Order: sequence, then C-alpha cells, then structure tokens
Amino acid sequence: MKSIIISGVGGQGVLTASDLLSDVLLEEGYDVKKSEVHGMSQRGGDVISTIRYGTQVFSPLPSLYETDYILSFEKLEALRNINYLSKDGVIMVNDYVWEPLPVAAGFEKYPENIEETLKKYAARVIMVPATDIAVELGNIRATNVVLVGVLAANMDIAKNIWVNVVRRKVPPKFIDLNIEAFEKGYKYKL
Amino acid sequence: MKKELLSGNEAVARGAYEAGVTFAAAYPGTPSTEILENTAHYKDHIYCHWGANEKTALEEALGACFTGARSMASMKHVGLNVAADPFFSASYLGVKGGLIIVSADDPGMHSSQNEQDNRHYALAAKMPVMEPSDSQEAKDMVIEGIKLSEKFNTPVMIRMTTRTCHSRSAVELGERETPPEIGYVKDFKKTMLLPALARPKHVAVEKRQKEIKALSNQFKFNHIIEGKTRVGVIASGISYQYGREVFPDAWFLKLGMPYPFPDQLFREFAQHVDKIYILEENDPFIETFVQLEHTGKEIIGKEVFPLTGEMSTDVIRASLGEKDLTLKFDLNQIPRRPPTLCAGCPHTAAFHNLSMQKLNVTGDIGCYTLGALPPLNAMDTCIDMGASITALLGMEKACEKAGKELNAVAVIGDSTFFHSGITGLLDIIYNKGKTTVIILDNSITAMTGHQVNPGTGLNAMGEPAPRVDIVKLVKDGLGIENTYEIDGYDVKALKEIIKREVKRGAPSVLVVRRPCALLFKGAQWSSMQVDTSKCIFCKLCTKLGCPAVTPGTEKSHITPERCIGCTVCAQVCPVKAIRFVDENGMHIHDTTLEQFMTIKRGGKK
Repeated sequence: MKSIIISGVGGQGVLTASDLLSDVLLEEGYDVKKSEVHGMSQRGGDVISTIRYGTQVFSPLPSLYETDYILSFEKLEALRNINYLSKDGVIMVNDYVWEPLPVAAGFEKYPENIEETLKKYAARVIMVPATDIAVELGNIRATNVVLVGVLAANMDIAKNIWVNVVRRKVPPKFIDLNIEAFEKGYKYKL
Repeated sequence: MKKELLSGNEAVARGAYEAGVTFAAAYPGTPSTEILENTAHYKDHIYCHWGANEKTALEEALGACFTGARSMASMKHVGLNVAADPFFSASYLGVKGGLIIVSADDPGMHSSQNEQDNRHYALAAKMPVMEPSDSQEAKDMVIEGIKLSEKFNTPVMIRMTTRTCHSRSAVELGERETPPEIGYVKDFKKTMLLPALARPKHVAVEKRQKEIKALSNQFKFNHIIEGKTRVGVIASGISYQYGREVFPDAWFLKLGMPYPFPDQLFREFAQHVDKIYILEENDPFIETFVQLEHTGKEIIGKEVFPLTGEMSTDVIRASLGEKDLTLKFDLNQIPRRPPTLCAGCPHTAAFHNLSMQKLNVTGDIGCYTLGALPPLNAMDTCIDMGASITALLGMEKACEKAGKELNAVAVIGDSTFFHSGITGLLDIIYNKGKTTVIILDNSITAMTGHQVNPGTGLNAMGEPAPRVDIVKLVKDGLGIENTYEIDGYDVKALKEIIKREVKRGAPSVLVVRRPCALLFKGAQWSSMQVDTSKCIFCKLCTKLGCPAVTPGTEKSHITPERCIGCTVCAQVCPVKAIRFVDENGMHIHDTTLEQFMTIKRGGKK
C-alpha cells in the first residue's frame, strides 16, 4: 500500500488535483481511498488531501513517516507536512510563496531556505516553478495540473492514463490549456 | 456492477436515491452539507430543500414520511441540538414511509464549536443508530436503514463523522427501488402526541427497542471477523479502518449498528479472545455496553485511547506506547496558516469599524466568525447559531440593572439570522431592549460552500424562489423603526451609522449588504494598486486583515491575483495612495469610489 499527500492553501485547487489522481489510480485497478478538507479551513487556511492505494486499503489517512509522495502547492505547506514523508519518500514542491496572515501582518516570519530544510528529511526534493509556468500559459488556475504532471512523471503509471483522465475531468474549453500544463509538469522527472 | 469513487456524503445521497427516498431536507453545516447538495442531483426523483434550520428540516421530513414518502433529514452534530425536539418526538411517533436522520459529527473540530458524540442522542431517544466506516457502507446503510425504519416503525439515525463524510472510496452503484405509494390518510392515534396517546407509545417504543436489539445480533452490519490470535477489537465507524491496519491478526467485532447493542453477538465474540480493545471516536459509547456484560476479559478502551480529537492509526499506536509521535521537524518553528476572511470580503469594512471604535461585539457562526482573529480582533463571543443577539440582550439587561455601561453590538450573518436570529429580535422588541444588531448580508450561506438560503432568490434544486427581504422583515414585519441598509464596502457610512446607533438607546438593525466576494472572483472585477510615491507606510491598510494587502519592506503591497478591487483599503488610506487599476492592469485610474461602485459592481443589491 502507498500513500500520497497533496497540500496547499485553500483556493489553490488541491481537491481537484487529488480527484484527478484518485481517478487515475482507480483506472489503474487499485483500491483507493482519499480524504479531503472542507469548511472553515478552505478560507485561506492550509488544505490537505491524502490518498492511499493498493490491493486493499483500510484507512484513508497516512501515518507519520510513512508517506511515499508529497505534492505541495506552496513551500511552507511542504514543510508543514514533511513529518509524514517516509525516509525514501519524494517531495515535489511548487516553488511559490503565499505568506499566511500571521506573516503578512508581521507577527511571524516566513521560514528561509525551505528547500534545504526539506532535503534533510526527504530522499528527493523536486522544486518546480508551477505557478510561474501556469501564469506563462495564461491561467494561474492551471497550476494544479502542472503539479499533477510532475507527480505523474515521478510515479510508475502510464502517461496516457493521466492524460485521458485530465481530458475527461477538466471543462471542455480548458482541455488544451490543461494538457499543455500537464506536459510542462511532466518534464520534471528526477 | 459499476463502481465509482464517492465521498461518504455523496454515497448517502446515492443511498437515498436507490432506497426510493422522495423527500429530503437539511440545513447546511460542515461536514454534512454535501449530502443534500448531492441528493439534489437526483431532483427528478427526490424533492429536496434547505430548511431555515435543522429543526424545520427534520419536522418537514417527518411530515413527509407521514404521507408514506421515504424521507431523509441531514445535519451536522450541533444541528441535531437544534432539531432535538422533533428528534425525540419522532421516536415516539414512528413513521409511515421510512425516515433517515443523518447526524454528521466532527471529531477533531475541523469546523465546529464542539465535538459532541451524537450516538448519545440515539440512546436517549431510543432510536437505532448506524455508523458507516466507508462510502459503500454509507450508501448501504441508508438503504437498509429505510427498510429497518419501515419494519420497526422507527426513525433510523446514521452517525457519520468528518472522515466518513469527506473520504472517498469505491462504491458499487445499484438501481433505484420503486418508492411506495404516497397519500395522506388521517390516523389520529398515530400522528398525535397528546399525553394520553404518548403513554402507550412509550410502552411501544420500549418493546420496539427490544425487538431491534434481538435483530441486532444477526444484523448484516454487525459481524465477527475471525483472527489468528486471542486479541479482539470492537470498532465502529472510521475507527474500524484504523483498527484493521493496526491489528491485522486480531479478531474483530465490527459494529455497523452499535445501538441497540448486540449483546449475544458480543458474548460469542468474547469467547474467542482474552483481551478486547475498543476503538471508537470521542465517547466510550460501545465501551459502556461492553462493561455492562461483565465478561471478566481485559477491556482496553478510553482509559488508554483519547476521548478528544480524531482517532487514527498513529493515535492508536501512540496510545499503546508503540509509536513515538514526537515530530522530527518541530512545527512550532513555522508560522501557522489560520483561515482568514477572503480578499474583498464584504464583511471586512464592518469589522474594521467595530475594531477601530473598540466596541464589545457578540458574534455568531459563519465565515464572519473569522473577524475575531487578529488583526481585526472584532468579536468577543461565539456560542451557537443566533446567540449573538440573545447573549447581547442578556448582557445589556444585566448591565442596565447594575447601572453599568455597555458599548456593544451583535453581529450575525444572513443565513444565521434566518436560522435562529429572528426569535432573538422578538425578545429585544418584547423586552424593550436597546440592542444594536448588525446583519452581515452576503445573500448566501458562504462558510459551508455557498448554499442558497431564503435571502438568495434560488432554492436547493436550482429553481427561482421568493426572496425574503431582511430589511422589510425587520422594519415592517417586526416593527424595528431604526432599520438601515448600508453598502458593505462603504467604510465611512458604516463608521458613522455604527457610532450613532450604538448610542441610540433604542433597538436598531443595520443590514450590511454585498454579495460574497468568492462568487465574483475573476468575473468582472479588477485590482487595486499602491502608488508607492504616495504611500507613507502607516500600515493602516494591512490592519484590515485582507489577504491581498501586505506590508512590503517599505511600502504596502497589493497582490493583484488575490485582489478583487473592493476599494476598502483605498478608503481607509489616509493619503489616498491606493488606487484602482483597470482590467488590463496597465495604468492607475483616478476613478472615484462612486463611479467605481456603479460601473464595476454587477452584484445583486
């Protein structure tokens, strides 16, 4: 059984990404369970979705130090979940800073050298300028599909399954944009 | 058979569809909200609506079931407190069409004011309760619950929790059962709860519970799973899933229906084991029944496992001393990310004024409860739905009697006002209160994800609906003369009217209006920008707590992709250093606020 965490800030599209991922895993023939966060936390708070897959999955929640992949939409949120990563785990991080309110208001400091800190706890750290890529493609909201592309590149599931699910799940007028976003992310294979 | 990944809430909705339910009512509340939203996807088969609150929703479902319609009411755990009155009556009254009452509990308080364990309600009202452990069971239990309800003439409670509501797992989809024929037939003795009729009903309820208890020993969702050791685990709900991972070789007594407690099945299970772990979230509900059996086995329950928070594999292992949960990377060294009012939130300016005027503020339940957090710090109390108004009236009367001054206002949202605020206003009028109430009207139930309400103009099935005008209701209906409508983005008007009304010495209601900013995100609005040549870095704009406005190193900064151009920061800026950028983001306009409001705002008023 394997575990994946997708983390980010409310409004970044974490749940859409975890929906895409769980559809891919289901199509691949796995038993899949996924947990989500709704309600108050979605108002600019930290958001996390966990996915577990294998032949038979019981808990939808991963345990500390036992998660195989973490995909984070924001740097600080990567750090917040690093304790879940297993010692052989891979963490893929959007190289993007979204200051939380306590930082923006000057009460607390945004951590420095996040990439270095992550490297102390992770076997592999992949930094991707996903938001910049999405903005270049003309729509910041495609950030999540760029990141899904990064995850796809680093997991052992055929690319066409991912592409088909992306095609099926995104609104028709955004298919081209999202396929392009996926392809850009897919280049970040370690 | 077709399999789909469904959330627990989607699965409950699917279960209602397959069970032949034709009526569903609810009031939104995390984690239950998506149950009715998804039931409404079957609106061709199931009539759906939002009640003004959980009590009205449950009464409506009960009324529907009196006509023979299979019915469902869903709510969050604290919603059942509001609906407790009809809940208890429903147990005595029984049903005609099957009736399912879903309570979605929130262990861990992800989005709630407490983590009460609502299985106690089932016990107190003498009603069977089921606890699904995944989405497949959530669907199946609704279907089985309807059967049980009709067979035993009882409403059936389904206790979901945040993890079962908001986890997705594979569900096999089935066909819809043909609903029974519907039509109201007078049946005085059945549907009346006069004391003389209620006494025999109580006797019947006790008899019914015994019959259901007998059934519980063979019930399809209560079963024993054989193990390889002499260790046993009793578990319900999501804790069952955690248990299967932590104790792969143990015997399991899986309780899908923990009450009425299947005593014979338990005794059979106990023969196979020497030691019994009981895994359940929050209270020792199952454990109490187990202890009553006096088996002499070693029972490990809440003495070891926590009463508070969610269960998880980590929590179980840590409770047993098998895992150290000390974090290798200490999270105290990084900033928290609390939820905030959104950029452009139409409530920000009101809270900013309350904060600047240093008023005491009784608050209520909704997104706007976030106004309590720094830097706004503009709320002192949060009790339950509607309590902003009533608690303030109590404070006011107590202070008045003691001759003490109280500079205070109540703040409540539109949906909360419809839910439980109107009765509080009645108390103010009748008891000659002088209370000032601010109703933050964004015309939607925003916190739970934008559900429509009586002030929206749409119903749960997406059809146009009459729109209740809060100003008319308060002014013309309840007769509160000093009722005013103010634009939520008009900082100056808010400042003046709040100052004036707090001192009025008569009841007043300020209806602060603007649609929820999230509904208009990226639609037709644009961004504000700081003119750095003018900014004196007084940081007043950053005290709004707007996520788009941050103090840079020397000048305030506005993040364009977050800003929606509400102009509130521009209005509080003492040197007019914040101005509005057009859609192309090319240059700074000198558009006045008035022009901006009329040109750019397409929202409902």
